[in-house]
Formats: sequence, C-alpha cells, structure tokens
Amino acid sequence: MNRDTLYAVFIEELVNVAPDLDAGTINRDDQLQDDLELDSMDVLNLVAALHDRLGIDIPEDDYLQIETPAKAADYLAARCK
Amino acid sequence: MPSLGADMEDGKLVEWLVKPGDAVHRGDVVAVVETQKGAIEIEIFEDGIVQSLEAELGATLPVGATLALIGDATAAAAPELKPEPKPAPPPVAARQAAPAEPQSAEAKPEPDPQPAPVKVSVPEPQPVTVEAKAPLPATPEPETLRPKLAETLAARHEIEVPPSSAPIPLATGTGSGVAASPAARALAAEKGIDLAGVTGSWPGGAIVLADVERAAAGTAEAPAPRTPPAKPARGFDVEAMRQGIAAAMTRSKREIPHYYMTHEVDLQQATDWLARMNANVAPADRLLMGALFVKATALAAKQVDGLNGHFDKDGFTRSETVNAGVAVALRGGGLVAPAIPAADRLSLAELMAAMRDVVARARAGRLRSSEMTSGTITISSLGDRGVDQMTGVIYPPQVALVTFGTPRAMARVLGDSIQIRQAVAVTLAADHRASDGRRGARFLTEIDKLLQSPEAL
Repeated sequence: MNRDTLYAVFIEELVNVAPDLDAGTINRDDQLQDDLELDSMDVLNLVAALHDRLGIDIPEDDYLQIETPAKAADYLAARCK
Repeated sequence: MPSLGADMEDGKLVEWLVKPGDAVHRGDVVAVVETQKGAIEIEIFEDGIVQSLEAELGATLPVGATLALIGDATAAAAPELKPEPKPAPPPVAARQAAPAEPQSAEAKPEPDPQPAPVKVSVPEPQPVTVEAKAPLPATPEPETLRPKLAETLAARHEIEVPPSSAPIPLATGTGSGVAASPAARALAAEKGIDLAGVTGSWPGGAIVLADVERAAAGTAEAPAPRTPPAKPARGFDVEAMRQGIAAAMTRSKREIPHYYMTHEVDLQQATDWLARMNANVAPADRLLMGALFVKATALAAKQVDGLNGHFDKDGFTRSETVNAGVAVALRGGGLVAPAIPAADRLSLAELMAAMRDVVARARAGRLRSSEMTSGTITISSLGDRGVDQMTGVIYPPQVALVTFGTPRAMARVLGDSIQIRQAVAVTLAADHRASDGRRGARFLTEIDKLLQSPEAL
C-alpha cells in the first residue's frame, strides 16, 4: 500500500472513530488531540481500528508519530515495508 | 416521561419501539425520547403487557406525563378486556399542538386496530451501517398506505443511522406539537423547514417524509437553514445542552454547600505498570489510565461513607453499589456523564470495555435512560493533554465529583531525595450536607493508596 492509500485509510478510520468530524475539513497537519479534539479513548479506538484494518500494531511509545494525518501516513508507510 | 437528570424538564417522544399487546420486560428499550443530551433510549421499569400508547409521536411532554399504560400478563391474556378509556391528551401536548396545527390532536397515532400479523417484538436498536461521512440519507419512503405503526417502524431506520448522518432533529424549534414521522422530522430539520407549515397527507393530517420532500422542492430557493450543518450534525443540540448544563449547575451551586480539596497522587507505579501491561497486548485490549482512575475512585467511594449516593428531600441516601458517572466531553461543546453500573465490582478489562461502549454511545447521542440517572458519583478525567487540576461542580442529586488533572512529570520528595515522578492532582468537590473534610480527606488518600497498587485494582 502506498502512502496516499494509507493516508486515505487513516482519514477513513479517523472519521469512523469520531463520526462528528467531516473528512473534507481535516487538514494533513491537524493534531489529533489539539485540533481535532480526540481524547485518549478516541486515539486508542483509532489505533485498534488501524490494527484491525492493516495488521499494524502501533505501540503506545509510537503514538506521537501518528499525531497528525501526514505523520501517520509516513509512519504507516514505513511500517508497511 | 421519566426524569433523565436533574436538569430535565420535558422530553420529546420521537419513537415507539413497542405496540399494544407486546410483552415487555424490565430493562427493555420501549421508546426513544429526545432531550438536551441527545436521544435517550427509554427502558421500561417493570414487566408486563403494553396496554396502550398514550403519548403521540413528536409531542413534548413534561416529566411525569403518561407515555403508555402497562398491564400485567393476566390482563393481556384476555384480549377482549378493554383497557380503560384513554384520558385526554396531556394538557401540555395539547396546548403546544393547538396554535401550530389544530388537527394534530386527532393525528395522534392510534394503536393499529388490526395489529400487523407479523409479530413486532421489542427490537434492539440496530443501527443501519452507513458510511460515516455520508450525508443524511433521505431515502424516500414508498408512498404506500401502510399501517401507521409499520410506517413508524420503517421510518425508525431513518433515525437509527449513526449521528454523523441523521441527527434526530430538535434544532428547528418549531412544529414540535405537529404529528410527523421521525423521517419527516429529520428531513425537515435538515432542510430548515417548519413542520407547522407543511400539509400532512396522512389521515388526520400527520406529516410523512413525502410531504416534507414536496415542501422542500417548493422552497428550494428559501433561505438557508438557521444552522446550516457545516459538519455532519450530532445526535444532540449543542445550545439545548448548554441550557441543560446551565440549569443543573446553577441548581447545584444554589443548593449544594460544596467543599473542595486537592491531593497530589504519585502515578509512577501505575504508569509503569500500565506501560508493561499494554506493551504485550493488541490495541483493543489496552487499558487507559482513566480506567484505573474510575476503579480506584469506585473502590474508595465504597469504603468511605458520605460520598456515594443521592441527596434528595429526605436527606442523603447512600448507595451500596457504585455507579460511576463518567464525564464525557463532546466535540463542539457539551458534556454528559453516563453511569457505569457497579464499577466497583468490574475488573479493569470489563471497566475499560464499559467505558469504551458508553463513550461511543455518548458521542452518538444514544444513551439509555438508566445511564442518565443511576450515577452515584461522577469522575472527570482531564486527559493527557489538559491542565493540572479542575475544581468541579457536583451533579445533583449526587454528592461528590472527583476530577483527575492531566498526569505529568513532577518533582516529588521521596524519603530524603527529590525525584522526577509521574503524578496527578486529584480534586474532590463534595456536598457538606453529606460529608465533611475529614471524610473527604480519607476518600482522597484511599484513592492514592489504591493507585499505588495498580495490579490489585
């Protein structure tokens, strides 16, 4: 899966976890908690959803590396290799 | 109409999930009521047979109004036994209906004289799976003359979609006394159409989806809705919720003599333990610090009297179980604190699952009536990117609220050295009518003690 696909997957799962977000208004550099108002429960649900979808288990120590959609796409692309 | 919280004065009936003749059991969800906190699933409080549905869909009814009559099984075993003649519609509903739509009193959905041959049992809500970012799916209902109940049940699926798609409308603020199907209401709210101005095509003048679609087509050039849904709307109304919070918190500050105390709790043990636990499990099985906070608070509330229960006109009544209200902040503003029953008896894994479930449903605006009222103490956790501490306001009729600040590294004295340790400020707001400072201090130190042995939680 290339980075663009992973970006799209990330946004899709993000909106699933936070259904009141509008995918069209999420910016690549939005911080999940500060800008998109996710709480720790939402972040955990997102990580669980990504694990189900992609088989990538993101450890807690790596959460900072998925703090924005852009960073997350880079991170997931690296983990996919 | 049950009271679903100290701040609730009335509620709008938007959905029946049962019909006369259905057997119901305590805890079954029988109706959906719209409140300031979103759509709440109303659970029945006793076993029996539904005799009649007294409240009309769309009516806003005061707390205490009759929604339905429930008889015992023997009465229903004799179907020829007529229920008591129906009382007149509740005055409030009638008064509201009158100016908007004189006929609406007759538009009350009568129980179908010929109940549908298919048994409609109490359905568990089955959310239609929709792409979360999909807009309101305004699927037109076929315009066939189906029995009203069937129409209602079919329309139900229109409002069962996740909140991202189809909010149950209450923002329009008009037409609340007009008889209309939930689907029609949803579309009217989306289009900003006042239902009072729509002509209903059903017998008695009730408005169905097709009527609203016709009205929408006719007003295509009409001004935009007052609150254009820039984002997919939520299952609750932010302004109404703000008013509800204002009412409850004002009452709390007026009636409850609060006292407050804060205690700093070392979290290094708990942080290390949690990291070890979470390192070896899949994300779905990970625990959050918040679950430890809730468990420790619940256990402490069980041990120290005067903090867990309700204070009403008869004074303080302690609760033997700890139903932990968990404050959930909603995106865009607002707050709900649904209760997790018997949190003191759940394992951390069970508690975590319960918290995930209740948070998800709070966001979806789909909580249950028992969750809104059964809380005996409330816990608010400011999360991992918040501030050091918050002094909260008690949610009546409860007598205590515990707030956990954002855990962070702090300089702490251990023995005769200063160490950098994870720590959190825990603040208690308690009702002086039910406890005093000594009790409060014992409670906070008990929470501290429990959090030093996270493996035992």
